Amino acid sequence: MAGADGDDSLYPIAVLIDELRNEDVQLRLNSIKKLSTIALALGVERTRTELLPFLTDTIYDEDEVLLALAEQLGNFTMLVGGPEYVHCLLPPLESLATVEETVVRDKAVESLRKISQEHSPVDLEVHFEPLVKRLASGDWFTSRTSACGLFSVCYPRVSSTVKAEIRQHFRTLCSDDTPMVRRAAASKLGEFAKVLELDYVKSDIISLFTALASDEQDSVRLLAVEACVSIATLLPQEDLETLVMPTLRQAAEDKSWRVRYMVADKFSELQKAVGPEITKNDLVPAFQNLLKDCEAEVRAAAANKVKEFCENLPEDNREQIIMTHILPCVKELVSDTNQHVKSALASVIMGLSTILGKDNTIEHLLPLFLAQLKDECPEVRLNIISNLDCVNEVIGIRQLSQSLLPAIVELAEDAKWRVRLAIIEYMPLLAGQLGVEFFDEKLNTLCMAWLIDHVYAIREAATCNLMKLVEKFGAEWAQNTIVPKVLGMANDPNYLHRMTTLFCINVIVHCCGYPYREITTKQMLPVVLKMSNDQVANVRFNVAKSLQKIGPVLDSNALQTEVKPVLEKLASDTDMDVKYFAQEAISVLALA
Amino acid sequence: MCKKSSSSQKLRAMSSAATTSPSVDKVDGFSRKSVRKAKQKRSQSSSQFRSQGKPIELTPLPLLKDVPAPEQPELFLKKLQQCCTVFDFMDTLSDLKMKEYKRSTLNELVDYVTVSRGYLTEQAYPEVVKMVSHNIFRTLPPSDSNEFDPEEDEPTLEASWPHLQLVYEFFIRFLESQEFQPSIAKKYIDQKFVLQLLELFDSEDPRERDYLKTVLHRIYGKFLGLRAFIRKQINNIFLRFVYETEHFNGVAELLEILGSIINGFALPLKAEHKQFLVKVLIPLHTVRSLSLFHAQLAYCIVQFLEKDPTLTEPVIRGLLKFWPKTCSQKEVMFLGELEEILDVIEPTQFVKIQEPLFKQISRCVSSPHFQVAERALYYWNNEYIMSLIEENSSVILPIMFASLYRISKEHWNPAIVALVYNVLKAFMEMNSTLFDELTATYKSDRQREKKKEKEREELWKKLEDLELKRGLRSDGIIPT
Repeated sequence: MAGADGDDSLYPIAVLIDELRNEDVQLRLNSIKKLSTIALALGVERTRTELLPFLTDTIYDEDEVLLALAEQLGNFTMLVGGPEYVHCLLPPLESLATVEETVVRDKAVESLRKISQEHSPVDLEVHFEPLVKRLASGDWFTSRTSACGLFSVCYPRVSSTVKAEIRQHFRTLCSDDTPMVRRAAASKLGEFAKVLELDYVKSDIISLFTALASDEQDSVRLLAVEACVSIATLLPQEDLETLVMPTLRQAAEDKSWRVRYMVADKFSELQKAVGPEITKNDLVPAFQNLLKDCEAEVRAAAANKVKEFCENLPEDNREQIIMTHILPCVKELVSDTNQHVKSALASVIMGLSTILGKDNTIEHLLPLFLAQLKDECPEVRLNIISNLDCVNEVIGIRQLSQSLLPAIVELAEDAKWRVRLAIIEYMPLLAGQLGVEFFDEKLNTLCMAWLIDHVYAIREAATCNLMKLVEKFGAEWAQNTIVPKVLGMANDPNYLHRMTTLFCINVIVHCCGYPYREITTKQMLPVVLKMSNDQVANVRFNVAKSLQKIGPVLDSNALQTEVKPVLEKLASDTDMDVKYFAQEAISVLALA
Repeated sequence: MCKKSSSSQKLRAMSSAATTSPSVDKVDGFSRKSVRKAKQKRSQSSSQFRSQGKPIELTPLPLLKDVPAPEQPELFLKKLQQCCTVFDFMDTLSDLKMKEYKRSTLNELVDYVTVSRGYLTEQAYPEVVKMVSHNIFRTLPPSDSNEFDPEEDEPTLEASWPHLQLVYEFFIRFLESQEFQPSIAKKYIDQKFVLQLLELFDSEDPRERDYLKTVLHRIYGKFLGLRAFIRKQINNIFLRFVYETEHFNGVAELLEILGSIINGFALPLKAEHKQFLVKVLIPLHTVRSLSLFHAQLAYCIVQFLEKDPTLTEPVIRGLLKFWPKTCSQKEVMFLGELEEILDVIEPTQFVKIQEPLFKQISRCVSSPHFQVAERALYYWNNEYIMSLIEENSSVILPIMFASLYRISKEHWNPAIVALVYNVLKAFMEMNSTLFDELTATYKSDRQREKKKEKEREELWKKLEDLELKRGLRSDGIIPT
């Protein structure tokens, strides 16, 4: 500790420990979060001999403090003197891994997993593995739960005798009599399988998997479904049928909807893991059943996977499978009684058009799209509209425009402002795909109507939408279509609408910029200047703000003769805010 | 399906949640919840695969009272077998006649087990349990939403209740029947049966949970061999509820049963029971939906303490550990429970925990939330607590003084200030010497605290400098 000895004596451990014991939880928490600083002050040796024993023995604290401690200790290797001494961190982490609170325990396990990597193979067997064993045979379920997460990190680096012991411990925990431990074991089954030798996967893991998948509690069974993905990936194709499929089939028809939901939710992963042959023979009918499940939750989860499932079907008879097996179910889902199911379907159904090609899309999918565009639930319609680009590539959006328009109009006038907001966000995309003519004819009025919506968020979004439209269709279009309407609102009796004029001018100037100085100077500037006489202060200070934005586009003549006098007048306004923004504009535009 | 039955529901829908009904959609405010609610179905059925479309045919049997007594047991079995058939109640139009037939048969069975003698042959037991299992054991359907708020939202009712209720009714009469012999029944009412029964406590339908409560209570009473198992499984349900899901509808009902179970514990308490108190009941206080079962929970805790006063210290320390920091509503509940505990506390136990306890009470008294402050100050209206405070005023007064003194000057709520004055007055009368001393040293104490605070800050500044210095000296590697 050359050069640091002097420092150390300044910080007797008692003072530091006092900090860790402070009565105020917040202060204690702060101290724990800076535990590394304390360790640094003590130096590696005293950290090992004094600080860690203190932490191990005396910590009984609020979970929040323990959580911080568990996290800190995962990064402490260097502070105790490097990998050689890393095992000193095990005792405090071991006791943290046994507390009740799940987040603390999980964090302790995470830290243990982290520092396990820093152990040498010898230390791993001498220090780490015994800890895992102690946890695995603990009395209270918490320690056994924690043990489940530690097997896979030490297994690959220990001798074969120890490996056999670890496997034995894992087996025991898989049939633990508390469901909490079985859940923990089930959730680590896949991970543990990955580090095992293939022979043991076949002999050990499969039987554990089968047992967990038929556990009496559905919360355990559903976790086995997750493990199924990893296990199936590890096994050679020829073993899947006998080792995995019986269990998977059973899970897909489990009496608990939670298990079936899990199967639906993991369907794409399962499909990839078992390969094309099993998919064709087993998963297709299973998927059909899930799409027809009696619980909406399950149907929605399956509906979400329709596109991915179809995409991943073997190409040779993909189209045939979709047309004869999947599409009939999809058709039924379009008129499902549950809106979440329909909405889930609407978010992926458009993706089918790329898979099925133009003719099938027009013949089979288009009617479905159109039906969903007319759905009573706005979320369904929105999901269709938000995925229009997929269809556009295949058949062109025009095919839809007949139905699209009423759907858009209805959403645009929906009573819920969040629905209106969502549709506004798709306007630029729609405008791009439908073209300027269609837009001018059908949608322009909507865009203008949003500007006078009674919800500010909508007016704001509408303003922003204008900017994107101008970017898309160009300044000339703006000059002819948008500007006159926007300027017209400057005389509206409602001051909120008058302000909207100003906000719109701000964005239009921003888009059209310097090359279109003409529009700005000739058309917009006079309106803005005139509004400086508005009787509402909010309008006036927004005039000042707008002038600040327009200024840089104007020539110096206009600035000096027109803008400057107005700003000076505003700078002596009776209203404080007006004055403030006027002065700000004057200084930004350097007119002082 | 959107029917709202009672007028109170309608009122609530109109007043508190204007967004829930489609007719008032003009009011903005769009959340997933409001959409779901508008569509919310009011009843649901069990989640099971249903036989599709095939009408169910049951051959009508003669009434039990119409056949000679010797034939009745045989007919009773046949009726039980018929009642194993489960109908789909979500389809309100299907099998109407057969549904009605089953209903009247169940009614008949209920009457039969209540009044008849000699009906319970040994062969009847498996059939009764089978019939009950077929009807009540089912996977509960998904809760209508994750945001289901049991305090606000109406529970979703079980559609098949017309049958289910009678099955429960029948089962309870069966268990309570004088002829009922647990020694025979235990072959059929076993651990697996109990486990499935416990899972049903998650039912959203309060009527069903109420029946379950009675059923489980009877089983606990009659099957000694299942008691430990039942307690353990309830443990597991609670632990999962606290640490994994925070969702289980039947916590209050299970606690109610436990309340009477605890009452019957023999002394000295087994380690298992103490562990249950400390590791399960206390952590239950941390759950968000505490208000739904707090009364039952507090009752259990007090039951324990009345059995064994030496548990007071771990219980109070546990409550202090889980004291709510951001939820004033829960804080008020904790204060209420604590008062219940203090009502039965033994003075020797009180002395053991008074310091940490009154540190917390002192924090509550100075809470800016007036309901919390008020609830804590009410302790001084409790004669027994007052007497304990008086006996220990030399310890408690110094802990409380600073908060009381400060809020008597600063609290925004005049009612609180008035209450605090009373408390200060009470303290003054109890121990005027100490009171004067504390008043005199109040200022210097505050200054000392400030100084200490400053020292702390300096210490940390030095430590951080050191860290910076060492950090700079070697790129992240700590010099040795």
